[in-house]
Amino acid sequence: MSIPIAGEIDRRLLNERSVSGRIGLQIQTLDVPEQSLPDASLLRSDDAQLPEVSQPEVVRYFTTLSQMNFSIDTNFYPLGSCTMKYNPKVNEEMAFLPGMAGIHPHQPDETVQGALQLIWELQEDLGEITGLPGVCLGPLAGAQGEYSGLMIARAYFEDRGDKGRTVALIPDSAHGTNPASAAMAGLDVVTVPSDSQGNIDIDALKGLVDERTCVFMLTLPSTLGLFEPNILQITSIIHEAGGLVYADGANLNALLGIVKLGDLGFDIAHSNLHKTFSTPHGGGGPGAGPVLVSDELAGFLPTPVVERNGDTYRLGAPEKTVGRVNGFHGSFGVLVRAYAYIRAIGGDGMREVSENAIINANYIRTALSDEFGIAADRVCMHECVLSPQAQKAKGASALDISKRLIDYGIHPPTMYFPLIVPEALMVEPTETETKDTLDRFIAVMRQINREIETDPELLHNAPHDTPNTRLDEANAARNPYLRWQPDEDSQAAD
Amino acid sequence: MTTNTSPYIPNTEADREQMLAAIGVRSIDDLVQDIPEQHRFPDLNLRPSLSEFDLTAEIAALADKNATPGEYACFLGAGAYRHYIPSVVKSVVARGEFLTSYTPYQPEVAQGTLQVGFEFQSMICEITGMEVANAGMYDGPTAFAEGALMACRVTRRQTIAVLDTVDPRNVAILDAYSRHQSIEIVTIGRDDDLPDDASCLMIQSPNQFGAIEDMEALANKAHAAGALAVASVNPTSLGMFKSPGECDVDIVAAEGQALGVPLSFGGPYVGLFACKDAHKRQMPGRIIGRTTDTKGRIGYALTLQTREQHIRRERATSNICTSTALIGLLMTTYLAVIGRSGFKKVAELCYHKAHYAASQIGQLPGYSVKTDGTFFHEFLVECPKTPAEINRSLLDHKIIGGHDLSDRSESGMLICVTETNTRAEIDSLVSALAQIGGAK
Repeated sequence: MSIPIAGEIDRRLLNERSVSGRIGLQIQTLDVPEQSLPDASLLRSDDAQLPEVSQPEVVRYFTTLSQMNFSIDTNFYPLGSCTMKYNPKVNEEMAFLPGMAGIHPHQPDETVQGALQLIWELQEDLGEITGLPGVCLGPLAGAQGEYSGLMIARAYFEDRGDKGRTVALIPDSAHGTNPASAAMAGLDVVTVPSDSQGNIDIDALKGLVDERTCVFMLTLPSTLGLFEPNILQITSIIHEAGGLVYADGANLNALLGIVKLGDLGFDIAHSNLHKTFSTPHGGGGPGAGPVLVSDELAGFLPTPVVERNGDTYRLGAPEKTVGRVNGFHGSFGVLVRAYAYIRAIGGDGMREVSENAIINANYIRTALSDEFGIAADRVCMHECVLSPQAQKAKGASALDISKRLIDYGIHPPTMYFPLIVPEALMVEPTETETKDTLDRFIAVMRQINREIETDPELLHNAPHDTPNTRLDEANAARNPYLRWQPDEDSQAAD
Repeated sequence: MTTNTSPYIPNTEADREQMLAAIGVRSIDDLVQDIPEQHRFPDLNLRPSLSEFDLTAEIAALADKNATPGEYACFLGAGAYRHYIPSVVKSVVARGEFLTSYTPYQPEVAQGTLQVGFEFQSMICEITGMEVANAGMYDGPTAFAEGALMACRVTRRQTIAVLDTVDPRNVAILDAYSRHQSIEIVTIGRDDDLPDDASCLMIQSPNQFGAIEDMEALANKAHAAGALAVASVNPTSLGMFKSPGECDVDIVAAEGQALGVPLSFGGPYVGLFACKDAHKRQMPGRIIGRTTDTKGRIGYALTLQTREQHIRRERATSNICTSTALIGLLMTTYLAVIGRSGFKKVAELCYHKAHYAASQIGQLPGYSVKTDGTFFHEFLVECPKTPAEINRSLLDHKIIGGHDLSDRSESGMLICVTETNTRAEIDSLVSALAQIGGAK
């Protein structure tokens, strides 16, 4: 057995640390008379091979693993379109209050009035912020919010006897979930091109809209970080053709107190609470993706929504509801955190959030535009998209730049998205970063740009000091190795 | 010198001015010119901001309005179960490096999340007896629905047969998920034949009344009709009962909440999803695989991504874009702490306590236990009054009674008992039921 040196991490899995007889928790003894066991044919033939490890080993193992992550708490994390803002600690404490974390979803309404009131208040607040007053907080993530919104659109047209509306128009810059959700909703996806400025190509849109148009799905600001200047014209083109306009609210962090989606003519939207409303991303969930609609569509919202009658609150089903999209009432723990955030920021502070997000993004855009190309270089909203094609020509790809950023302790921006921008690096600083942090990021990017000339291998071999260097992802897909296997373990122990 | 108003936003007035000057504009107004002027800077009718002191007081007051487990004994289950959550689990999940990271698209700086995900997949395979698992779904019911949709892709058939003992809540979600896919849902009884073109038979064990289903016989029945067996299982029950893998089930879904996740009024939870190896490329969701780095060291990365929406867009296997990783971390830590022997012991405690409660309640005049066969976690009781009436009276005894199933079974109440219900709680439930039922 080789002895790892300092700095080298023990990567053995739990089952590779397992020692027969160790326990991590003392389980209480049975306090009722033992009952007769079922027929042996119903029982497991052998115990599940879970690890046998002691409690201190468990704590050290998971703590060591955590230290291999970059996170908002430890690093600048300008991951475009993901809004990696600070996640307030008080929100965690509120979500874990026994009166919040300990309540059962089937409890009678009269025993959960505080929880129902919180949901109702949050429905109202999100309706006010977006100008779309019909709100269901149920959807468990943005993609489920999208699907719910599309089911609402389909139910609305069906209710009107308008059966031919089977097309979802989606810009070429959209997130992949938009077409995937549209396909799930049985809609044919038709792609709308962007013009050279990164805006929707209005003439192309006019040519694509007809009596089959069910919905136009638009991310606002766009995934290029740009506010669509022709937005009022776009929503009226869709409405004149009898269609509905859907807002992907992934980028809502740019719009708080700046503009309301409802005022612009949007009929349906979803909001990612784990982005704009500061709930933690948790390494890839849980999220929450409330669906928001105009008054006209409120009767179609998913079940349940919370209704208020005087001082009491109850779970209810909208009159023409599209039904239930998940087990209970949504990601309640996430809703508590989002509610705490909105109450801490308040009506007086919302605009300040988005203003600072916009200033920070434009500060980076302005500082880097001379050395790195910017896609559609004009004033941006909360994020900007670099397009380092000159660097690519010198042999340093967006991937290389990203990996080199890791050496400087900065999480890479979103890479190669949106798809319409060559070598895209989408940078979203958020409002919770200091000017110092942005200045350091700018300095690091310039330094990396010099390294492309002086020592390109630094980029090609990056990152250098992480627990793993670049991983062979092609091999991972070609030869899937998806779980611990006991046979391999015994070989490894040799 | 003015101070900032929000503790979450570092920019001072001076910072903003310097930055606006560097951008080359005079004010924020110059940065929002693309927004239609008549709609710019709307009034927001929201309450004003709160200090942290006032915020915590306000939310604690809301929490106090809810009946909590410290105050009430609770016998609710039906899809969400109260189990003891060890301190270690709560401590690990509070680590900011796990809590505030994103989906591990950059594997070199996300090995923590990725290795936990690989442990999660491995543990799901161990407890379910299945060959492969994904990194997590939203919750149990949506995973179950996705399992049926996957069976349609695998078999290229468009009819889903649902066993009539599946919780109607699960069927409602399946309906929402499949509504626009030209899929037909057919409910069948245990002894009915599957429709000829059935893609799968959906089985829930324990079923909506808590009874353990004969998954092996049902899986055989599905296979004989050329269909897959898709089962939703209760993961705690797998500490004792035969795993779906042993029963030759093809696709398994489960609600992961019972394994270390707070009830939290219904979410966030995590859906477990596993299947036979042959079908892995049709799975929805994220999958983590083991590979090596440029220096030959073992590491982990997201894999088989060409199934997913960010690459395949409208032809993806699902629109899902999350693995609910943090809740997966809760579950992984929970199973690591309770370990091989604890997993079995917790299941046995639940089994004996639920059966003890059923034997006591079954002896009360006016009450009868209706769940036939072996049950786990919960059982159906026919009550002498409506369950709503009984539950209202139980609240006076500081007891939250069972789940009201009178919509499916006359005067039916589903009573759930886990290892967190002490004998004292069970005995007081029994005596309260006796009193309310009019036995005295």
